[in-house]
Amino acid sequence: MEKPEKLIIDGKRLDGRAPEEMRPLKIEAGVLKRADGSAYVELGENKVLAAVYGPREMHPRHLQRPDTAVLRCRYNMAPFSVEERKRPGPDRRSVEISKVTRQALEPVLFLELYPRSVIDIFIEVLQADAGTRTAGITAAAVALADAGIPMRDLVSSVAVGKIDDMIVLDLTKEEDQWGTTDMPVAIVPRKKLVSLLQMDGNLTEEEFKRALDLAFRGCEQIYQAQRQALKEKYAIKPEGE
Amino acid sequence: MYEMISKVRRDYIGDLARQGKRVDGRALNQYREVSVEVGSIKSAQGSALVKLGRTQVLAGVKIQHAEPFADRPDSGVLIVNAELLPLASPTFESGRPGEDAIELARVVDRGIRESEAIDLEKLAIKSGEDVWAVFIDIYALDHDGNLIDASALAAMAALLNVKTPEDEAWTLPGLPVTKKPVAVTIAKINGKLMVDPCLDEENVMDARITMTTIEDGSLCAMQKGGIGCFSREELEQAYELARAKSVELRAHLG
Repeated sequence: MEKPEKLIIDGKRLDGRAPEEMRPLKIEAGVLKRADGSAYVELGENKVLAAVYGPREMHPRHLQRPDTAVLRCRYNMAPFSVEERKRPGPDRRSVEISKVTRQALEPVLFLELYPRSVIDIFIEVLQADAGTRTAGITAAAVALADAGIPMRDLVSSVAVGKIDDMIVLDLTKEEDQWGTTDMPVAIVPRKKLVSLLQMDGNLTEEEFKRALDLAFRGCEQIYQAQRQALKEKYAIKPEGE
Repeated sequence: MYEMISKVRRDYIGDLARQGKRVDGRALNQYREVSVEVGSIKSAQGSALVKLGRTQVLAGVKIQHAEPFADRPDSGVLIVNAELLPLASPTFESGRPGEDAIELARVVDRGIRESEAIDLEKLAIKSGEDVWAVFIDIYALDHDGNLIDASALAAMAALLNVKTPEDEAWTLPGLPVTKKPVAVTIAKINGKLMVDPCLDEENVMDARITMTTIEDGSLCAMQKGGIGCFSREELEQAYELARAKSVELRAHLG
């Protein structure tokens, strides 16, 4: 695709959204039978599946820790999830994303309750349109809750960015490619703490503050959708309905 | 990359932090002694050895012909690689780069790439066929904490030290380096923010944030690490620290 002359025309983005508007979001909890917990997230054209296994015995055993569980995380993109086929298996990008995802989720878990065990999180991106790491974190948090693992809170995640010198919420692939800045953020909502923050591009002080504002607001929306998804699965429905 | 640390040491460092003190006597906003020595490796086009206290990182730059990426036929190529050598720490192992080495390389890469510190457009030779590739290889020699800042500084110092390749295809006066991004890493221990964590501090910190800024003080890259969190106020405070400290570090780049 050629670079469009402008990414925002008359206050609207290429897909018709306002700068502070998120793409349509769908979250479903408990979509996989075998996994201990699972969730499916659609954010715009992103389709992401997360599964949680554990706490279970850690193998290989030399990786066991006597005082705590280990959290393992694998972020992976399907070969058919992007325009040009991605070679299967981990690359440098997915190794880094797996690490920051794990660190974004670990603050809400009580790993010390499960010595010698492991909690595995598998995130599979089935279709990608920018913002897959944040959709993956959003899905993984719901999957952890669905697995019945005690948590201090959920983790909600979304990216903000800068296009045409404007700070906007939730970039699409085109906006990520042709815009100047991408800043993925994950938040522990009730305490308003940032558990993931990355950025590349360019932000002045004003822009950084505005980007944080927008990220907090976006994550609040995600948080409500995550809670709703869990309620839908676990609410006790009166008989006869 | 967490190492075993005794509980008494952990508590000691935590207690000190609560009082605004540090295990090596520094102020919270004070770097260890910084030294930058360039050009010691003759086989590289540019090189730099950076020391932050006892942490030592060597960066070497090689410039070679390469094929451009298909979507950028007229742009040079930048490749950053980092190796956590087994001689640098008892916790580093031989073999392919693990997640810590990959993260380190990618954080340094983003600082240089996103600030457009190297004008890659000038590194085209023949459109779609031949461009210059700038390889930055980061070699951690001694790990006493804060490899990120040492590596980012070494990478920039090595780039600024580059001698033009002896190749008739090279027509530029020198490597087109237009900005000097500088990474500043801030650790959080017991709610206190401190720059340039030493190894002991890294082993007990709740979290870290690396903020890379350019000369005008604007951000070009960020990376949070560790399993703790930052509040909004802490992030803004960290940015203030990063801006102030980047001026000091940048002075070492000449």
